[in-house]
Amino acid sequence: MLLIYCPYCEEERSELEFRNAGDAHIVRPANIAEISDEEFEEFFFLRQNPKGLFFERWRHIHGCGRFFNAARDTVSDRFYTTYKAGEPKPDVAAILNGEQDKGAAR
Amino acid sequence: MRKYSVFAVAREALRGHKGWGPQWASPEPRKDYDVIIIGGGGHGLGAAYYLAKEHGITNVAVLEKGWIGGGNTGRNTTIIRSNYLYEESMDIYEHSLKLWENLSQDLNYNVMYSPRGVMMLSHNIHDQQSFKRHINANRLYGIDNEWLTPEQAKAYCPPLDIAKNARYPINGAALQRRGGTARHDAVAWGYARGASDRGVHIIQNCEVTGIRRDENGRVTGVDTNRGFIGAKKIGVSAAGHSSVLMEMADVRVPLQSQPLQALVSEPLKPIFPCVVMSNSVHAYISQSDKGEFVIGAGTDQYNSYSQTGGLQIITHTLDAICELFPMFRRVKMMRQWGGIVDVTQDRSPIQGITPVPGLFLNAGWGTGGFKATPGSANLFAHLIARGEPHRLAAGLTLDRFRTGRLIDEAAAAAVAH
Repeated sequence: MLLIYCPYCEEERSELEFRNAGDAHIVRPANIAEISDEEFEEFFFLRQNPKGLFFERWRHIHGCGRFFNAARDTVSDRFYTTYKAGEPKPDVAAILNGEQDKGAAR
Repeated sequence: MRKYSVFAVAREALRGHKGWGPQWASPEPRKDYDVIIIGGGGHGLGAAYYLAKEHGITNVAVLEKGWIGGGNTGRNTTIIRSNYLYEESMDIYEHSLKLWENLSQDLNYNVMYSPRGVMMLSHNIHDQQSFKRHINANRLYGIDNEWLTPEQAKAYCPPLDIAKNARYPINGAALQRRGGTARHDAVAWGYARGASDRGVHIIQNCEVTGIRRDENGRVTGVDTNRGFIGAKKIGVSAAGHSSVLMEMADVRVPLQSQPLQALVSEPLKPIFPCVVMSNSVHAYISQSDKGEFVIGAGTDQYNSYSQTGGLQIITHTLDAICELFPMFRRVKMMRQWGGIVDVTQDRSPIQGITPVPGLFLNAGWGTGGFKATPGSANLFAHLIARGEPHRLAAGLTLDRFRTGRLIDEAAAAAVAH
């Protein structure tokens, strides 16, 4: 079971409290009645499915109830970070470098 | 290839079993092939077998990054049935079931197909209406499926608790008597042996790292950890890694890869005569010929390639099993594992051409691909050989997510299946 840090509650809680909501940073077209079938497929059905770094949405459904985003590795299932909805994608390379520096300082 | 028979067993018994030999060859890869199939599971090996047997295409390689049958083929609960709702699904799963019935004879390899019956439990009025709709659709299409009262279900599967005050009361069941199980490893090995005997190269420990195309966009071959291997046609049949491979050819596919877990108990004497599934409380159970209970759980909710899953998922399933079959409460579980399944939004598979000429896709079998192995392989071989889908798989196209012609088994079953 995953342990997930909710950026709103500022607390790490068990996966049981959360509901995964798939690929993050998908923007709903403003003119959805006018877009082509290809664009609708892209928006509605096509999702990232990377082996490695993945940006995904979670909802703290049995907590604050709010959606937030996470950067996770889909091979190790390790969370790099979680961040609030609306914030830009974090720089995961910088997060990893920061950890290395901390390790070196110790 | 030496034919397996009672005489072969007798002869080897007299010679101390020294003459059996390997079941399939492990050749060095050629520079190029007519067809490369990526993925050495049941679907891929079977497609190679049928390419050689039915279409006369023997210059074929199956590339497997690990060992054959080591992925989802060796990680499932071996349930076979064809009682799906929509005609597109019934076509391919029934084609598959018919092939299962003679597969051991066809391959000269005992795949232990056991039509012991698959019983799906109904717990509420919604289940009942849904199952009866399935039963009627199946019977109109010539596929066996019948409604059982709780008493009839109990007679068919005595360990079942049908008490009215049970935690998950049972108000009936749908039974497909021709459904059942088969031995998963034997399916991979049988196809590998049959394909190898007809000249197909089975190349293990060979991971594809790129798909090359010429200036017209047509495939020319694959880069692997054993170098470049040329091919006129490429079939991708790689389950949870299908989208990773399709990315190599710049094709985005509507697949999500999720862990799906199963587990087996300690071996017990024969007590469980059939396969029982409950969609509502999410439990699948059957007893293997070794005596272990084979139990299937649900998918984890997140995308992952980790081949492991959360303990809460299998706990949830075991809770349900203990309620449905109170006599199993003290059975010990022996081992657990996870596979990575590729799930489409409508929970129906994708088998068809792709925007890249020469590249064919067989994927999206999700949580129920084992039952489809012979049928899927047979029709995938047809697709690769002819360049267009067989009538029975014509609806499973990749472009249905653009045209909107979905095959919505997700809504029909209200559960991954």
